Amino acid sequence: MTPEPSGAAARPLLVVEHLKKVYPTATGGVEAVRDLHFSVPEGQLVCIVGPSGAGKTTLLKCIAGLLPITSGRIELLGEAITAPPKAMAVVFQEYGRSLFPWMSVEANVELPLKSAGVSKPERRAAAADALHAVGLDDAGGKYPWQLSGGMQQRVAIARALAYKPKVLIMDEPFAAVDAQTRADLEDLIRVIWKQLGVTILFVTHDIDESVYLGERVVVLSNSPTVVQDDVVIDLPAERDQLTTRSHPQFAALRSHIYEQIQRAKHNRGTETASTPTVLRRH
Amino acid sequence: MKLLKDAAYTLGLPVLLILLWWIGTLGGSNFYVPTPAQLAQTFVDTWFSPRLWEDILPSLGRLFAGLAAAIVFGVGIGVFIGSFRTVRRVLEPLLEFFRAVPPPVLVPLFMLIFGLNDQMRVFVIAFGSVWPILLNTIEGVRGTDEVMRDTASSYRITRVQRLAYLIVPAAGPKILTGVRQSLSIALILMVISEMFGSSSGLGFLISYFQRSFAIPEMWSGILLLGLIGFALSVVFRLIERRILRWYHGLREVQREG
Ligand SMILES: Nc1ncnc2c1ncn2[C@@H]1O[C@H](COP(=O)(O)OP(=O)(O)OP(=O)(O)O)[C@@H](O)[C@H]1O
Ligand SMILES: [Mg+2]
Repeated sequence: MTPEPSGAAARPLLVVEHLKKVYPTATGGVEAVRDLHFSVPEGQLVCIVGPSGAGKTTLLKCIAGLLPITSGRIELLGEAITAPPKAMAVVFQEYGRSLFPWMSVEANVELPLKSAGVSKPERRAAAADALHAVGLDDAGGKYPWQLSGGMQQRVAIARALAYKPKVLIMDEPFAAVDAQTRADLEDLIRVIWKQLGVTILFVTHDIDESVYLGERVVVLSNSPTVVQDDVVIDLPAERDQLTTRSHPQFAALRSHIYEQIQRAKHNRGTETASTPTVLRRH
Repeated sequence: MKLLKDAAYTLGLPVLLILLWWIGTLGGSNFYVPTPAQLAQTFVDTWFSPRLWEDILPSLGRLFAGLAAAIVFGVGIGVFIGSFRTVRRVLEPLLEFFRAVPPPVLVPLFMLIFGLNDQMRVFVIAFGSVWPILLNTIEGVRGTDEVMRDTASSYRITRVQRLAYLIVPAAGPKILTGVRQSLSIALILMVISEMFGSSSGLGFLISYFQRSFAIPEMWSGILLLGLIGFALSVVFRLIERRILRWYHGLREVQREG
């Protein structure tokens, strides 16, 4: 599905090098991220997992240009990120606090385009397309809070799609929705990813979800954070809630990542995986 | 049916009180307390006359001019102050002090500075009623949700649009709470500013009636003020319901969930 980068010419789309983030506080600072490197080639769907408080949100906010970094470098398309880049969209976990409740669903989806100077008919069309892609054709005129949680998160996804980013960043987007809705949304993400060829960084604390969704899973250590492991998910590209989850390789990958996270809980910023782990098939 | 019930709830107590008042004045009227019928008659005679446009309307004009200025400046300056943490921290104690000063004491001062004219009166109304709006706006802006701010940043929403589509709407409920508080302050200041060195207006007339012992007329003026205050709050509620439809809807959903 994802072609191997052809030689050295293909510089990864996103590069994180020696990233360090210390939150300044009254008591001298909290070191959330110590020394992170990884890179993401164009078009990959990467899941990032780690123990609670590992610094996943911190990492995403740094990549999204929402937080200044302490040292190191984050590059998108060869350029250092210092402010939110044009080519990036973020979907937050707290959909209820990310959509503007005083605007209709449609207006929410259109707002970033309006700000970018896109003409009204074009905005309209883009919003309609995006809402169609997430299966919310008829919700445009409603207020976000008139929809269920899962539908609100679909709206947030539609807003991101209408923005046409190269990189889509998602921070535990489905943590607050029920299991059935969650499965539907996971499949939606796979479909969007395949259709649009967008690069996706997907943070989750659900190991199953990371294996089911990702082409690759990056495991973070406890805070202060380093990369604990980097696992290639060599499952068939066509995924299905039933067959994929009962695939023997799925179980092997899941227990591998589970072990890594158990180790990560006791590992604070010492061990760094340098080469991707590939599990041998049984 | 529901309308009838609502009307019963709204009017029930006032009707009862008027009835008591009527019974109380049955044995002939007191010099200080007119009968309901007398008061009604005086009310019509006193206010449905040229005074309507010579006194009442100009008073209301000053009231609305002062309120409008208070809203414009309160929201404008409040958004500015609320947006910058340092500015906020430097100014807030001072603003709280100004809010704590009872506005009527400013009337003599402003009379000295600006003289006895309509501009002074509008200024008094605006100056007195700006504080609740200003302080509430600052609080509303400060309280703007962090995730919403991050959302706006990550989608590179421009400064002006961020104000129009995020900051001001997010502060909307607080701003309107401030405006509601200002309404009564503005009405008080409208009356008081006309009680000094004035020859027209509601405030002037009420104190004039009182000084010339025209007691029923004085009562009718007080009744008129009460009615104006009541009408103001009813109209305000209607407008608020409209503007904050999203807010009331959201709250209802949150209460249920
Ligand atoms: N604004 C802040 N100021 C100080 N410390 C912070 C701040 N935000 C996060 N931290 C700290 O940084 C560390 C990483 O937090 P972060 O929210 O990035 O973790 P996370 O992996 O997203 O956690 P979760 O799984 O709970 O979402 C934590 O120890 C947290 O206490
Ligand atoms: Mg988090």
